[in-house]
This record gives sequence, structure tokens and C-alpha cells, in this order.
Amino acid sequence: MPSKPAPRVLRGPLYLTLPALAVLVLVMAVPLGVIVLRSFMEPQPGLANYVWFFQTKVNITVLLRTFSIAFWVTLCCVLAAYPYAFAMSVVGPRLRLAMIMCVLVPFWVSGVVRTLAWVILLQDSGVINRLLLSMGFEKVRLIRTQLGVTIGMTQVLLPFMIMPLYAVMRGIDLRLLQAARSLGAHPVKTFLQIYLPLSLPGVFAGVTIVFILALGFYITPLLLGGPQSTMLSTLIQQQVLSLLNWGRGGAMGVVLLIATFGILAIASPFMKRKYQMSGGSK
Amino acid sequence: MTLETVTKGAAVDICGVSKVYGNFTALDNVSLRVEPGEFMSFLGPSGSGKTTTLNLIAGFTDLNGGEIRLGERSIGHVPAHKRNIGVVFQHYALFPHMSVAQNVAYPLKQRRVAKVDRARAVDLALQKVQLEKFSHRYPSELSGGQQQRVALARAMVFTPSLLLMDEPLGALDKKLREVLQLEIRRIHRELGSTFVYVTHDQEEALVLSDRIAVFNKGRIEQVGSGHQLYTQPETLFVGQFIGESSVLRGTHRTQGNETALTVAGATLAVSGQAKSDAAHVILLRPENVRVQPKGTGRHDGMTNIISGTVREMLYLGAAMKYEVGLADGSHVIARTPTQTEPFAIGQPVELAWNLKDGTLLADDGSTAGHEA
Repeated sequence: MPSKPAPRVLRGPLYLTLPALAVLVLVMAVPLGVIVLRSFMEPQPGLANYVWFFQTKVNITVLLRTFSIAFWVTLCCVLAAYPYAFAMSVVGPRLRLAMIMCVLVPFWVSGVVRTLAWVILLQDSGVINRLLLSMGFEKVRLIRTQLGVTIGMTQVLLPFMIMPLYAVMRGIDLRLLQAARSLGAHPVKTFLQIYLPLSLPGVFAGVTIVFILALGFYITPLLLGGPQSTMLSTLIQQQVLSLLNWGRGGAMGVVLLIATFGILAIASPFMKRKYQMSGGSK
Repeated sequence: MTLETVTKGAAVDICGVSKVYGNFTALDNVSLRVEPGEFMSFLGPSGSGKTTTLNLIAGFTDLNGGEIRLGERSIGHVPAHKRNIGVVFQHYALFPHMSVAQNVAYPLKQRRVAKVDRARAVDLALQKVQLEKFSHRYPSELSGGQQQRVALARAMVFTPSLLLMDEPLGALDKKLREVLQLEIRRIHRELGSTFVYVTHDQEEALVLSDRIAVFNKGRIEQVGSGHQLYTQPETLFVGQFIGESSVLRGTHRTQGNETALTVAGATLAVSGQAKSDAAHVILLRPENVRVQPKGTGRHDGMTNIISGTVREMLYLGAAMKYEVGLADGSHVIARTPTQTEPFAIGQPVELAWNLKDGTLLADDGSTAGHEA
């Protein structure tokens, strides 16, 4: 039976949002406003900071690299998280709990600690390279490279991909796959035509979260990366904290913010669904 | 590939099929033949193996032993998507991200049917289930009955020679079930395919089927028409599962072609011989038992008589139903035409029936009451 959603007309409890709203205004809106303002006002009023940003080759290189790393990290996250989330959605409750713990426990460990662990693993005389050497392979340069940054960021951001994927996959009726088989669909087509489309909302949600988080990542690229893998957040930090140039740092932040909104705007039409998942009896 | 061409139904041969899940035997050496074009129901309580059999035919689970043939072809090792069998599920299993028309077109798309033919076949199939106006809706915008109609159209649009239905009306209310039962019968007639219909609802099985296979504990108890199962049950389980019945238990003694059972002090005759010394019972249908005032005795050729007390009296419109308690604590259900002066609760009465109306069956321990 088609169920109509209950009408949402409760406007009274809006005041319940006030504490959160106050915090948001204080720690988000006000500083953001100040940053935007300073990017146009310092040192002189005008667009000088933005002109500088787009005329400095390094900035453009780093901006493009930031997007490129975020792209690769997102892609790696999807590829690693999709089968994991699928397995999580079909196993029994005990194994599922264990799998959720495997995702969440690293999540509770501070990002700095995890990144330092990656330093130990990735460095030239680190675990991975010693393993490679002992197996007769050549040393691979991992630390202070984009590859190292990508590996580290993928691990840190993986939970943000797994969770939305799992949430959507759990709602997919696996009996639909049986139905597709009975109607003549090869297992591969069953996946491509039925399961994948139904799981896409989870993919889009995870991709958006991971991509946006990756764009602004700071600690991991700083510790695992080198001069050739600097990301925009590191440049911003340099401008603001080392060079005390709030105007330029602000302009860079605004550029990154607008670029992020742009990505969101492109992604949002894909996230709308024409249908409801609850097509069946249960 | 269109619906106009009447499909030839294919025979289904199930030969010595077994299925084991861990240490649970879901199917134990089951054999059965479904004739081409036949409407066969698998009837049984949950866990009796009927759905397992259906899943084996559809290819959703693997055989542990035996063979399944569709027509001339052994299909035990054919993957599900190559069996060309239509399946309708209890939970509809419509693809939520596809419109009604896309759902129905799906099996044709898999078979690379040309777009024009596809559209025509989809229209025709939707007409058959009276949903041609809903082709652009999504499943979530349809009622349960409409969704199941779409599933039906989708399962028959590619004119499979065999259509499997797994309790397709189980999630619908009684009124809608009755309407759809008639539609399914009509579609079966028009299509000519072989239908295998799984249900735990004996009434539904009686209404729909040419023949019924009664499943119990991973075995088939009996196969036959509804009439055969009702009037000549071969096991107590079948007798109790199909229709209403009373069971009289007592010690038996066979003489010639008749057996006498001593129940609550009365000696009751029934035709047939007890197959063993094990306990036997007499199965009685409510409409064959006459309730008469105490002391009436044998008349009108009634061979059996036993006295009891009216425990319950139900008025059913055209009929009345009595539950009469016997001296040994058991009870007999009797159905009579509505009387102007019914027996009162607590009134001592006599129950009478003909020799031929009782059925002698080995006591397999089944108890009355259908599993919902």
C-alpha cells in the first residue's frame, strides 16, 4: 500500500534549534564573513588578492592538484568502500557488528596519530619498503609523494564513504536480484541494471562528503606529502600563519569554498530520486 | 515473441529431488509431474518444502540430489536466467527505480526484443492485467494489488512455458485476493502456460488448481484434484489440512473389508482395512454428520451412532455448525441446514452418519488447525 508521509507542520519547536544556530553563527558565519571581508579589504580595498591568486602559477597548480588528489582519493574510497559496504549489508548481525567496529575504531583515533602511523608504514625505510625489499622488489618512494598522500587520505576518509553506502544498501531488497535473474538477466546485468542504480544515492552521498572533506584536508597531506604534493589548505596556512597575509589567505579560502559549492551544485541533481525504495510489501 | 501466440505449456518433472540446509532436510526425495498447461498448486504449512521446490524449479537454489526436467530439458544445472520461467513473488519484487512499463519491458530487453515489438508486448500484457493506464507510474505509486498485477504482467510478457507463483496474494486483503484469483484463472486459460502456484491457503488452492500437491515436512503427502483430496484423503494430514474435519480416535479391529473402531464406548464401522496394528482414526466431514435428538437411534440407514453433548452452536446463515463433545473428551463438528429449532448448548444429542462417509486413516499424529 502506498503510504503518504505524515504532514510536517510542527513549527513550534523551531526555538529548539537556537543553541545550535547560535554556535554556528559564532564559529562559522562570523569568521567566514570576516575572512571574505578581509580578502577584499587587505591590504587595500579591491580585487588585488584574487588577481594575485589567479596570476600566480603555483596557486593554480596547487588548486588543480588539490582537486586531482581529492578526485583520486574519492575514487579509491568508492572502490574500496563499495564491496565492503555490500558485504556489511548482507552478512549476519554479529559479523556486521565486527565490520562496523573495523570501520569506526580507527575513526575514533585522532587523525594525527593515524597519519603518523602511515609515516612509519610509508617512509623509505618503513614497513612497506622493507617488505618489498625482502621479497626482492625495488624500493618505491611513497612518503612525500602524491601516492602517499592519496593512500593516507583514503584510509582516513574511508568511513565517510562506507557509512552512507551501507545505509542505502541495507535498504535494497536483495530479492529484486532473484526477480531479475528469473526474468532472464545475467548476474552481471542484474548488478548493473538493478543493484547499482539502487545503490547510487549512497554513492553520490559518500562521494560528495569525501570529495569535499578531501579538498580541505590539512594534516595528512602536510605530514605525508612533500613540496610536490602540497594541497591548498597548506598554502592557506602558510599565508595566514607564516606570512600573516590574511587578505591573500582569505582569497584562497574563498576560491576553495566557491569551487566546493560548484561541485555540490553539479552533484545535487543526481542525488534526487524519482522513486521510493519501498516498492514492495515490506 | 508476442502474447497473441498461445504458449504451449511445458511439463515439469521433479524426480527424486532432495534439498538439505545444514542439518535441516527441506525436501526429502520428492517426485512429481506437472502436466503441460496444468494449474498445479503446492499446498502445505510453512516449512513444508513447497517454496523450496519452487525455488529449485526457478533455479534460485541448487539441488542436493535428483533431477528436474522442464519439457524434455533437464534444468538442474541451467542458471536461473537461462531457464525461461516466469516467477511471481509474494513481495512483488518490482524494480523501484523503473516505471511500470520499464518493469514489464525488462524481460524483453534481456531477450533483445526489438523496441517496437517490445512496446506492443508491454501494452498487451498491461491490458491483460487492466493496468494500461498506469504504464508511466512508479511501483511505489501503486496499491499492493496493482503492484502484483504489474508483477504478473512482467512474468508473462515473455510468454514462458512455465509460470511459478510464490504466494502471490499473501500480502493482500481477502476481497482483493478473491478478485485476483479470478484474474489469475482467466490469465491461465488465455495463456496456456503451465502454472505452479505455492500457497498455504487451502481455499485458494481449491479455487485455482486443476490439481494440488499437499506438502508436509519435506515430502508430498498426496497429489490430486481438490475433490479427490477432500473426499479421499490418503493421510490424516491431508484430511485435516483440506477442509474442516473431525477425528475420532479409538482401538480398531478389521474384519473383512470393514473396520470397527471403538470410540468413547461406541463401536463405529468404517469401510476399509487398517494397514497395520498402529493407531487408526476415522475422519468425518461436518456436512456428513447428522445431529439428532437423543434416543432417535439408527434410521434412514445410518450405520453409525454416538452420543454426545452440544458444546457450541454457531449460526452461519445458510447452515448451522455444532460442536458436540463426546464422552472421551474429544469433539465432532457437524454442519446442518439451518433449523428452526436448533439444539441448545448443553443438550444431549446423537450423532449419526453413513458407513461410507467416514474415512479410515492411519494416525500420523497430525492435529487439526491450519497454520496461518
